[in-house]
Amino acid sequence: MASLLNNPTVRGIAFQIVFVLVLGWLVWDIIDNTARNLQKANIAAGYGFLDRTAGFGIIQRMIDYTEASSYGRALLVGLLNTLVVAGLGIVFATILGFIVGVARLSSNWLISRTATAFVEILRNIPLLLQLFFWYFVVLRNLPGMRERMTLIHGIDLNIGGLHVPRLVPGEGLWLVAAAIPAAIAATAFVTNWGHERQDRTGDRPPIGTINLALIIGLPVVAFFIAGRPLGVDFPVFNETGPLLRRGFQAGTGLTIIPEFIGLLLALSLYTATYIAEVVRSGIQAVSKGQTEAAHSLGLRAGPTLRLVVLPQAMRIIIPPLTNQYLNLTKNSSLAVAIAYPDLVAVGGTVLNQTGQAVEIVSIWMLFYLGLSVLTSAVMGYFNKRAALIER
Amino acid sequence: MYRTIASILAGAAMAVTSFASAGAGTLEDVKAKGFVQCGANGGNLIGFGATDENGAWTGIDVDFCRAIAAAIFNDPTKVKFTPLNAKERFTALQSGEVDVLSRNTTWTMSRDSSLGLQFVGVTYYDGQGFMVRKSLGVSSALELSGAKVCTQTGTTTELNLADFFRSHNMPYEVVAYEKNEEVLQAYEAGRCDAYTTDASGLYAERLKLTAPDDHMILPEIISKEPLGPAVRQGDDKWFTLVKWTLFALLNAEELGLTKANIDEKKTSDNPEIKRFLGIEGDFGQAIGLSSDWAYNVIKQMGNYGEIFDANIGPSTQLGIARGLNNLWSKGGIQYAPPIR
Repeated sequence: MASLLNNPTVRGIAFQIVFVLVLGWLVWDIIDNTARNLQKANIAAGYGFLDRTAGFGIIQRMIDYTEASSYGRALLVGLLNTLVVAGLGIVFATILGFIVGVARLSSNWLISRTATAFVEILRNIPLLLQLFFWYFVVLRNLPGMRERMTLIHGIDLNIGGLHVPRLVPGEGLWLVAAAIPAAIAATAFVTNWGHERQDRTGDRPPIGTINLALIIGLPVVAFFIAGRPLGVDFPVFNETGPLLRRGFQAGTGLTIIPEFIGLLLALSLYTATYIAEVVRSGIQAVSKGQTEAAHSLGLRAGPTLRLVVLPQAMRIIIPPLTNQYLNLTKNSSLAVAIAYPDLVAVGGTVLNQTGQAVEIVSIWMLFYLGLSVLTSAVMGYFNKRAALIER
Repeated sequence: MYRTIASILAGAAMAVTSFASAGAGTLEDVKAKGFVQCGANGGNLIGFGATDENGAWTGIDVDFCRAIAAAIFNDPTKVKFTPLNAKERFTALQSGEVDVLSRNTTWTMSRDSSLGLQFVGVTYYDGQGFMVRKSLGVSSALELSGAKVCTQTGTTTELNLADFFRSHNMPYEVVAYEKNEEVLQAYEAGRCDAYTTDASGLYAERLKLTAPDDHMILPEIISKEPLGPAVRQGDDKWFTLVKWTLFALLNAEELGLTKANIDEKKTSDNPEIKRFLGIEGDFGQAIGLSSDWAYNVIKQMGNYGEIFDANIGPSTQLGIARGLNNLWSKGGIQYAPPIR
């Protein structure tokens, strides 16, 4: 018996069980206590309100939504709006961040100093201020609702947003849609073949170019075979008529609202500065000997960066990059300040109309937690792939 | 934003811990700590709840809280204000962070029934309206079909707006900001054709525009917005006290009692005035206060009409007419049960 008590494995497990039990009891007690107190204070509780009619409008919706839709659907609209701005923000911030990060290390004085100035200015100004700057400064300088500034034919800008043609899917579009996974499968095949050939003969076939041609070419060919099944709906601009009817006609073309543009711009630029620093430090962490060795083997600057330095730098870059992605996603909740209807903004309206504070906050928290965990998982997968495989 | 969430969470956390202590009785708590904690408008709504350049609170909602302090302590300065936004306000009251919420809040059934609150009455009968540029050439809200409308999120406004446009089959788009400041800036920048909120708020916000005269408020009032103070459910004593403070303000105006003449009215033979001043009967004791509580309120703050005129009346920059908010005997609908 005494030996069992002194057994470190048994003791370890016992302590863990006790810890989990205490934690579980604590969580249960908080939930139970909150529920009872809400009841005692005559505050209705539960998620039943999600089925009730919302009754308010939302300016940007990617799924069908009217005032007659339910609160649940309104929250879904907000959730999708968060996803689209966070997703696009991550893409833009990554591209810009890598460019600026590499540019900071450029031997060209002008390029490296410009990149440094960009990073130092933008990352040292609070994001909310940048959001207001991009939104209000830009908004005030745009032409009014009844005017327009034509960028290129069919694409116009005014205070109502960016008005672009909308693509209308026609019959036979499935062929184009099917061509995309087919092209991706083909690239995997080409890549495999290329590696094999390099291993066998030492010759490097232009895999990148072939793959790019496949990804673009195959859907384009499919598009023409299917008889160009894609209509274009141009935004209609009314110059005459009663004042309120002038300007871009609702329901024609696609309007990208300025709130979205402002938020995307601020999030991308702000996060790009951090990503640039991550990239720069990652590259600098790769020993200079690697570059020198590559040069002495006859590799030029481009391939050296691409084939020798970056793959090693990625190991260092990916974990902090994940943090930046998570930050960007969470920062997108500042959207409500400039009227972009994200999950927090829509949830706030629902909260006020129903008074279900605890429920709405729990939905917010669960969504952001879920999204962050998912992002972490995806980046964890990439990290594993980039990690040094020791034999 | 983070402040909002923090406040809501703090509220939720307090919901876990503090309802037991709130059960002790709000009046006893207030007397013990020596001041009334009042939830006021954090959005600088001129005439209702705003801070002036010296940081002093002004407005009709704020003065109502001072009246409560005058009734309890005979000292209108014994009140502390918590600035709240539209989203935070109910949680702040529910959790006991404030003793009374006096923040141009619309009395609705769902708020009265499922939020654990009770509205004590109406300090201002309001309704939602629209402000537009005069250059738009619109003279009625019914001509706003297809308009883009700016408003503040988290209020009853969004719902009224949707109801109005839907019931008239007019398309519209709503751009909803978190704070009044941003709504106004966006409206001024031309992001929207119209700005909607309670008419009282429109008068106040219009003054903040660079050229107020270029803008007009449309005549239509599209909703009923009875604005009033609210307290927590379950403390009837406190509820009664706050309610009768409001009634005292109204009754004083009806009886012709003002800040200036209340001392000389002490010699009045009118039994109603005698009861009001606590010379006859002890109505104050029944609500846990001294018998001259109503005298203190009027002596310190003036009657309802005086508070109205000082903050939002025709002689102020807001210039709002009494209208519905006049006494029932003068063509309005403000009516208080008698003190007897």
